[in-house]
Amino acid sequence: MVSHFELKCTTQPMPKRAFVRNASPSNKFNLSTAELKETAKMLRRHVITMIATAGSGHPGGSLSAADIITALYFRILRHDPENPQWSERDRFVLSKGHAAPILYAALAEAGYFPVAELATLRRLDSRLQGHTDRNLTPGVEMSAGSLGIGLSFAIGVALAARLDSKTYRTYALLSDGECEEGQTWEAALAAAQFNLDNLTAMVDCNGMQLSGWTRDIMNLEPLIRKWQAFGWHVIDIDGHDFDQILAAFLKADKMKGKPTVITARTIKGKGVSFMENNVVFHGKAPTREEAEKALKELG
Amino acid sequence: MAEASTREIYGKTLVELGRQNKDIIVLDADVSPSTMTNFFAREFPERFFNCGLQEQNMIGIAAGLAASGKTVFASTFAVFVVCRCFDQLRLCISQPNLNVKIVATHGGISVGEDGTSHQAIEDLALCCALPGFTVVVPADAIETAVAVRAAADTYGPFYIRLSRPKTPIIYPEGYHFTLGKAVTMKQGKDVTIMATGIMVAKALEAADILARQNIDCRVINIHTLKPLDEAAIVKAASETGAVVVAEEHLAQGGLGSRVAQILAKEKPVPMEFVNLGDRYAMSGKAEELLQRYGLTPTDIEELVKSAVKRK
Repeated sequence: MVSHFELKCTTQPMPKRAFVRNASPSNKFNLSTAELKETAKMLRRHVITMIATAGSGHPGGSLSAADIITALYFRILRHDPENPQWSERDRFVLSKGHAAPILYAALAEAGYFPVAELATLRRLDSRLQGHTDRNLTPGVEMSAGSLGIGLSFAIGVALAARLDSKTYRTYALLSDGECEEGQTWEAALAAAQFNLDNLTAMVDCNGMQLSGWTRDIMNLEPLIRKWQAFGWHVIDIDGHDFDQILAAFLKADKMKGKPTVITARTIKGKGVSFMENNVVFHGKAPTREEAEKALKELG
Repeated sequence: MAEASTREIYGKTLVELGRQNKDIIVLDADVSPSTMTNFFAREFPERFFNCGLQEQNMIGIAAGLAASGKTVFASTFAVFVVCRCFDQLRLCISQPNLNVKIVATHGGISVGEDGTSHQAIEDLALCCALPGFTVVVPADAIETAVAVRAAADTYGPFYIRLSRPKTPIIYPEGYHFTLGKAVTMKQGKDVTIMATGIMVAKALEAADILARQNIDCRVINIHTLKPLDEAAIVKAASETGAVVVAEEHLAQGGLGSRVAQILAKEKPVPMEFVNLGDRYAMSGKAEELLQRYGLTPTDIEELVKSAVKRK
């Protein structure tokens, strides 16, 4: 058993910004690109520590999504950690539910619950379930873990915004492997049919899935042309480049009449040399030695 | 006996609910002329979404709307919304306990000529297996209207199963309906027939036939399969000493299984089961199918005699 605190997940405190409660459409953290980079590194350290402590989990897909999620929670999303049910909040739907650890890390650092609680991941009675649970975790919009259903849920949320004349935006993060699920494409058709320009999907294209390379198992390419053919505005980016990530979100906001999908090209296990592009770490916890090595690499 | 369509009254009730509550949203998977959600679509086009032939996506959309404060009715044929979407019902509706009302038409084999692919005969077992779901099978159009209203007024996931053909009206207007409370349709002391859906009218017919043979049947309509009115079931079993359960469903997991589970623990009595057994049906006229697969008043009559004999 690895102790969370023995691993000394040293974290710098979050940079403090003036919070304007419920007043501004902008993100209350509004971190600079340099600060986002540091924050992403810290969230990655949490992911390693949490999964090592739990003894099970999916590090690869959390690490690939770390930069996108950091950008969302600390720069893009309009949200209020003190008021998780704030009616005007932007909604983030994690469809790739196995990346729960990176979402929990972001939520904890944003202030939805104590950072110390991250050590309870996957434990009996923890609020931090192996896959996201809408009923338990403050800030989690939807239960997930069965792939291919999150985008449909996000459509419902985006339709509700339109019905209620609300200005919040709905974001859904999918994995590329998840695009093998038929329901993803049902949702892709429907979001375009309903002209949901208040919906942004992101595909964490790390190129891998549980048992190997996506291109070898069920090839998705050309992915951009598929989404375009389904009626979406597509922005293809390097999912680890914050300038590109931020620019893509701003472009998506401005798009009128159709939904936007950001195909973010990422590296599974990003940030930890021996996890990068290593399918073994799709769903395997690092040992104590591996976790220590990983934390060292992540500074 | 006068007949009326449960799906037509569903469509009309939705319109009335829509007028009273602007947060009621209706989804359909391209069968609104059949589910009769088209009445609502005509009056409230901005609150109606035809999700096309995407039942699974429809369930996810329903969940998203419900999570945003809407009361969502999602309708299509029972076989497609339950059998095709079980994972979505489980993770999007049941687990998060969202306010989605699945109102499915074309339940059971009385769908008729469309055949096996369109006949939901396992939907009650599947929906009863979803924690938090309330499962209702109205016995006629009058009960359908009040059940749909009760669903709108009660927070949480619902499954309501309706039929394709018109069904006999067995309740007077003004019938008082309580979710989860079985209704004694006819008093009797020798045996209790517990029925749901279209089998309630058939149970009443069987009771008339049996009365002429000096067998005094009690008939109970168990419109709510979940939560089950356990007290009423145990009381009837105690007072009559034998139970026959009738349903338009497979033998496993429906009303018969649920009643047997309660009585095995609380009041074991001789039981018989009127259902489809463990097989799919086929194309045919509804009445022909009900006869072929053992769901007639005569079938009930025979099994009542068998249960009484074993007392």
